[in-house]
Amino acid sequence: MIEVGTVLDEKVFYLDRALLKAYADASGDQNPIHQNEEFAVSVGLPNVIAHGMLTMALVGKYVSDFAGGSANVLEYSARFIKPVIVPLGEKVDLTVTATVAEIADGKFSLSLSATSAGVKVLGMAKAVVNK
Amino acid sequence: MLNPDSVGSTFAGTDSVTLSQSEIDAFCAVIGESDTTIAPPTFTIRITLTQFEEILTRPEIGLDWSRLVHGDQKFEIFSPVKAGDNLTCAATIESYRVAAGNEIVSVRSDLHRDGKLVISAWSTLVVRA
Repeated sequence: MIEVGTVLDEKVFYLDRALLKAYADASGDQNPIHQNEEFAVSVGLPNVIAHGMLTMALVGKYVSDFAGGSANVLEYSARFIKPVIVPLGEKVDLTVTATVAEIADGKFSLSLSATSAGVKVLGMAKAVVNK
Repeated sequence: MLNPDSVGSTFAGTDSVTLSQSEIDAFCAVIGESDTTIAPPTFTIRITLTQFEEILTRPEIGLDWSRLVHGDQKFEIFSPVKAGDNLTCAATIESYRVAAGNEIVSVRSDLHRDGKLVISAWSTLVVRA
């Protein structure tokens, strides 16, 4: 029984440099901070970072799965508070959970949690879905 | 610096865009989505960010795209989009402020299909000092 306050099952996505390249091609965002370590460091980043929108797309997949498909996602928002750092040759986690915040008229509001290496990467992440 | 006179204005994107199945397939593959009959909820960032760049870097607006980071993002989806949909994009600069030398711009994009609003998306973009 899903009710207000229910915590949904955790899902872990894994990100590596190949996924960042695939997302760059799929989204059209070829900013070198997401692919080129030398460039990323030169602009003050610790290493290559994932696109915030890749993080949001993966969490969006979690939301779609809960909703029974992308067509049921009505609203989705997030703030990018910390980067997901993706060193060469590593697979880093993106760990996602959600709490049901409200149920009204068949619509579920989710409060989403997304962390990588134990650090919260999305803030104020919310979705409203039909289910 | 962004031209403050542009705040509150709406700018039409250059062209309408027809979504192809292959671009939806590629986006779905990245996130592990097996249902490719509908675009995933954040897919249209592919259209709006490209259009924002084109619009916001016009000389009369003057945003420096090279120092841009994404602050936050919101989607409202009134009708999901799919391959074959022909979309037009309009961008409205909703707010602009400078804090500690960073420029903070909020932009809303409205995507229409056959004249009907299907997705509104809000992006906060930060140009680092």
